[in-house]
Amino acid sequence: MTVEMTTSGPAATWLKRRSRISAIEIVFWLATLLPFFLFPSYLSLASQIAIGALFALSVDLILGYAGIITLGHAMFFGIGAYTAAILAKHGWGEPLTGLVAAAVVAGAVGFVTSFIIVRVQHLALIMITLGLGLLTYELANSFSTVTGGTDGLGVTIWPIFGRFDFDLWGYTAYSYALVILFIGVLVARRIVNSSFGLALTGIRENSQRMPAIGSVYRTHLQKIYVVAASMAGIAGALLTQTTGTVSLDTLSFQRSADVVVMLILGGTGRLYGGIIGAIIFLVARDRLSDMNPQYWYFWIGLLLMAIVLVMPGGILGGLSRLFGRFVR
Amino acid sequence: MIGNLAVVLFDGFAFGMLLFVLSVGLSVTLGLMNFTNLAHGAFGMLGGYAVVVAMRDLDIPFLLSLPLAFLVAGLVSVVFERTIFRRLYRAGELNQVLLTIGLVFVAAATMAYFFGTGQQPIALPAYLQGYVELGGLRFGAYRIFLVVVALVIAGLLVFGLEHTRFGARVRAAVDNQRVAQGLGLNVDAIFAVTFALGSGLAGLGGALAIEIVGLDPSFGFHYLVYVLIVVAVGGLGSIGGSFVAAALLGIFDVGGKYFVPDMGAFLIYLFMVVILFVRPVGLFGKR
Repeated sequence: MTVEMTTSGPAATWLKRRSRISAIEIVFWLATLLPFFLFPSYLSLASQIAIGALFALSVDLILGYAGIITLGHAMFFGIGAYTAAILAKHGWGEPLTGLVAAAVVAGAVGFVTSFIIVRVQHLALIMITLGLGLLTYELANSFSTVTGGTDGLGVTIWPIFGRFDFDLWGYTAYSYALVILFIGVLVARRIVNSSFGLALTGIRENSQRMPAIGSVYRTHLQKIYVVAASMAGIAGALLTQTTGTVSLDTLSFQRSADVVVMLILGGTGRLYGGIIGAIIFLVARDRLSDMNPQYWYFWIGLLLMAIVLVMPGGILGGLSRLFGRFVR
Repeated sequence: MIGNLAVVLFDGFAFGMLLFVLSVGLSVTLGLMNFTNLAHGAFGMLGGYAVVVAMRDLDIPFLLSLPLAFLVAGLVSVVFERTIFRRLYRAGELNQVLLTIGLVFVAAATMAYFFGTGQQPIALPAYLQGYVELGGLRFGAYRIFLVVVALVIAGLLVFGLEHTRFGARVRAAVDNQRVAQGLGLNVDAIFAVTFALGSGLAGLGGALAIEIVGLDPSFGFHYLVYVLIVVAVGGLGSIGGSFVAAALLGIFDVGGKYFVPDMGAFLIYLFMVVILFVRPVGLFGKR
């Protein structure tokens, strides 16, 4: 028995109320246009942030909503990035179809690995995600004829719709990344505010009880894992297309860890948590880029410990406790 | 060729024994409290730096600085356990993972601040350098020492767990924490002591590792993956499992790097994913 979408009755009304667009959201999306006017010289950073936010959003879907702890999600980011790059390298630099291809390939790999993911829990789950991530990295490193090895690949991307060229200042890059992020949030919003999204939250809260009320929890987990993999793939492809390069770094453990840090910083299970976290994390890293990376990670480490001990729920969690119902 | 194979197998086994000392403590503490402590490797790193300081600045001989590494790592870890970790025993894995990963970041940066990011070599005593000839094959003296140390530790652990009162308490607490508590065992205190012992062993492992894999601030991260593989594949709370998993991992790792250098690390991860897919609780795990 699967959970059917209810179309009427109190449950449907409740779902509709949950998914109502709040004023804060509108203000937030208007604010994302500010970089065009206020910081035009930082547009390439802004597009990096939009990409990081989309990636964090994909992790939020599985970690924040479905409770799958992953330390290897960069594998899908990297697979998407390399799919777009390899397509462009072989003469197809059209960006939108590149995104679709990245989503399909990453989603397909996500589908295959999801059978392993839903089988395991706890430490084994962490180790499997970590292991698959490292495995993909090593694989890409070994097949250096296809992936360019440690040198990576430089690619040429055609203009979007044949008109908007990727300029040096990042106007096109940021607009493009922002639009895709916006679509990503709309899709994620629709998913988490559906009965399927509620089932996922149920699995996160109690994976033993869900089968007891007739929820096919493994299938649910597989579905959301594939969606999250595709979304991460799109984020990776965006990075390739906006920067014109791809490197092994897109698959690294560091990237898997960073994205979890962003999400935790912003707050899990809130859609906007990953976005807020990406903004703070990437702006801080840009500002502190003179700092030795070793010391940068000292503060990241301290921050992680502080969030866990003092502010569970991250920034949005803290804010929502402060303001009650205004921020969800 | 056959001789070569024997030496590679032996080197792999010695490396595996090193991994065993590094990870067996985590296996027991994870089985006991279900606390996913990713900072275990960082305590190993701490032991390594303790030996470096002891030998270089305090002129303590190598063999005497090894117990020192054990003590320093054990004491520091129990401070963390009593003050921070214990708040998270019921907090869920994600919070445990985040907190301990944060601690690894902080530990790595702290060591980089005090010792720099470079490798920290130590000078071994003469009797541990060089080779031992055996049937025309040359085995590293230090690796033989490593194997002997690990076997002694494994023996002590098995004896301690199986034949002492404290060991019986630990086993009871691993099997069922709540019932053990209900029978009047002080699980909290048992855990603190076990945690200190486990981290102390990690510290000892870190100290022994300097000669084989080197020591720099990334140690806690780099070997965390190996440690976790041993624990997950061996099965939680199983000393025998950790021993077998560590030996296999060491042999596969060294052999892989020697015979198929392009695929070395790849094979290790594949091996782990396949084993965990077939047996999510590990080779010797019960739950």
